[in-house]
Amino acid sequence: MSRHTLSVLVENKPGVLARIAGLFSRRGFNIHSLAVGPTEHPEISRMTIVVNVEDSPLEQVTKQLNKLVEVIKIVELDGPASITRELLLVKVKADAATRGQVLDAVQLFRAKVVDVAPDAVTIEITGNADKLADFLKVLEPFGVRELVQSGMVAVGRGSRSISERTLRPVAVPAPPSAI
Amino acid sequence: MSEQGSDGTQVTGAQSLVRALECAGAENIFGIPGGAILPAYDPLFDSSIRHILVRHEQGAGHAAQGYAAATGRVGVCMATSGPGATNLVTPLADAHMDSVPMVAVTGQVGASMIGTDAFQEADIRGITMPITKHNFLVTDPAEIPRTVAEAFYLARTGRPGPVLVDVAKSALQAMTTFAWPTELNLPGYRPVTRPHSKQIREATRLVLEARRPVLYVGGGVIRARAAQELRRLAEATGIPVVTTLMARGAFPDSHPQHLGMPGMHGTVAAVAGLQKSDLIISLGARFDDRVTGNLDSFAPNAQVIHADIDPAEIGKNRHADVPIVGDCREVISDLVTALQAEADQGRQGDYEAWVGFLAGIKKSYPLAYDAPTDGSLAPQHVIERLGAISGPETVFTSGVGQHQMWAAHFIGYEHPNTWINSGGLGTMGFSVPAAMGAKVGRPDATVWSIDGDGCFQMTNQELATCAIEGIPIKVAVINNESLGMVRQWQTLFYNERYSSTDLHSKRIPDFVKLAEAYGCVGLACDSPDDVDGIIEKAMEIDDLPVVVDFRVHRDAMVWPMVAAGTSNDDIKYARDLAPEFEEDDL
Repeated sequence: MSRHTLSVLVENKPGVLARIAGLFSRRGFNIHSLAVGPTEHPEISRMTIVVNVEDSPLEQVTKQLNKLVEVIKIVELDGPASITRELLLVKVKADAATRGQVLDAVQLFRAKVVDVAPDAVTIEITGNADKLADFLKVLEPFGVRELVQSGMVAVGRGSRSISERTLRPVAVPAPPSAI
Repeated sequence: MSEQGSDGTQVTGAQSLVRALECAGAENIFGIPGGAILPAYDPLFDSSIRHILVRHEQGAGHAAQGYAAATGRVGVCMATSGPGATNLVTPLADAHMDSVPMVAVTGQVGASMIGTDAFQEADIRGITMPITKHNFLVTDPAEIPRTVAEAFYLARTGRPGPVLVDVAKSALQAMTTFAWPTELNLPGYRPVTRPHSKQIREATRLVLEARRPVLYVGGGVIRARAAQELRRLAEATGIPVVTTLMARGAFPDSHPQHLGMPGMHGTVAAVAGLQKSDLIISLGARFDDRVTGNLDSFAPNAQVIHADIDPAEIGKNRHADVPIVGDCREVISDLVTALQAEADQGRQGDYEAWVGFLAGIKKSYPLAYDAPTDGSLAPQHVIERLGAISGPETVFTSGVGQHQMWAAHFIGYEHPNTWINSGGLGTMGFSVPAAMGAKVGRPDATVWSIDGDGCFQMTNQELATCAIEGIPIKVAVINNESLGMVRQWQTLFYNERYSSTDLHSKRIPDFVKLAEAYGCVGLACDSPDDVDGIIEKAMEIDDLPVVVDFRVHRDAMVWPMVAAGTSNDDIKYARDLAPEFEEDDL
């Protein structure tokens, strides 16, 4: 299995997420993570879907996704040519004795403390999956009380945009004749 | 009510819906009213559209499919919310599998009630997401015309399929203005119909290099109206042709190049034609498991040219050496042109040995059956005579099972759109309502529904619709008083333990009386000697539906057969009899 990141532009309409999630489950493909949000066009949303599949099923995934009427465009973003980010919020045990060490880790990873309690701190960190995993490894000995992580978002490097030239209407044709 | 464009006058959402259906070209709607869709039935009462009141929504759906398959136009069905809509699920799934252009309009509970588990509420859009090409929920009456226009466009373009439009009752009742759109906004929908010239060149090269090519023709050729182009391609090259269950009629059965239907119950020649080929030219077919048998051993030495309008079909089951995305008619036309140009340069394929080899197989292993020794009726004989007596202009529909396979083999099809069946989903009960729809679409054609006694009992309530609405279909019930195909598997694979396959339908119900109760003519036939006379009698009746109860021998089996999951190499043309191929000449 290898991991692939798909950027999917979809029409911003109700039910699109259900269609895509349904397609993945129906065709037996596993979603590793999924993030959805608005784009620079109000009528278009962008999903970043991370899937674990081999290459040939991946082709089936994208073809089947492309068949969904509300899917406008699919681009696979590969590692070096794209920037990927995830957001992690983690609540770690930290009392007077350990708080200093926790704050050192926060600084080393350029993370941020967003809430403090007498016996815990809540930390926000963004980065790629590897960085977040490394950070968690450092925090583990102090005791992770709760964590929540977003799906990955990704964008290609350089000046090109994947959402150009996507909205073009077609003329309504006349009904066909019978045979 | 047929003028287009907006005149600014206020109409109800229901009036807007009916006007939109008229603008989209709907001439017939099969349906049943109910609470949520009721507002639409009021303007429908005054419309130029004929509404045919069916007895069950499943019948409405299959009738719309039959209408679409017979005419090539979009079939339309209508139902109310909740159970009305869920009864359309089977026809929608069926149309999705067989790429039938169809629009289903359903009522939904009022917008403010959606999500409250209201009376007759079902999330039909959610339910039908995986079994429609696309679906809509409309709660804003202003969206009705555009949605209807998009639904029809989606249903019939690209790879055709069913589209569901669910309209909230509140939208039907609200006031709006009507405007038929001049443009559609479907940014994610761009079906490719023109094949890439590089792929056509590559395909042409393979066709010329091949020694054992075969044209593997699927239902896409019928949907693309490409039968004439196919014939030109076949005759220009001399390449043998197989037509799948969905493509029967795309190429004349009487044509010497035709090897018949491939697959689990395919002819020996068609199965061998694919299995031993070195080049499969797939045209609008999808390498379905019923055709390929065990995929790993399917046509092991063949390269594949795969042409389909749906890119997702290409390479799905079998690797394509030359993928061609495009409409079958354009693909075949381009291939004909390219091959003609090669022929003009003196380059043509050499398939002589192969054609001779297959002709030998076709001659050695023709379709055949054993007449019962006890003088009872052979189902194959009945079906063969139906085809011969009613002629090649007749439209045949069928249900699913043994009678379907015999009807696929023994009728003899000469034209596209004359064979209508449930291929992908395998829906028992398809035949009678599909025949009703086909007859509405082609009122001048004779329409025979060939049905099994099991299938017939699933949807025969539509005989009432046919009798009352003046839709004189003819039904041949191939009555072997059992779920015949299941029984055949029990015979072959379950030690003749006939668990729950005995229907007793020669005793209950009395099909002749049932037909008469429905206002149809009922006939029965027990003896081979009476078959022709009774078919002719049925042919003479053209003002009423006719049901003929053909009481056939129950142990007849469908042959040839490739047992499920095994290789096409293991085809049997009768029980325990495998063909022998002499391949030394190849």
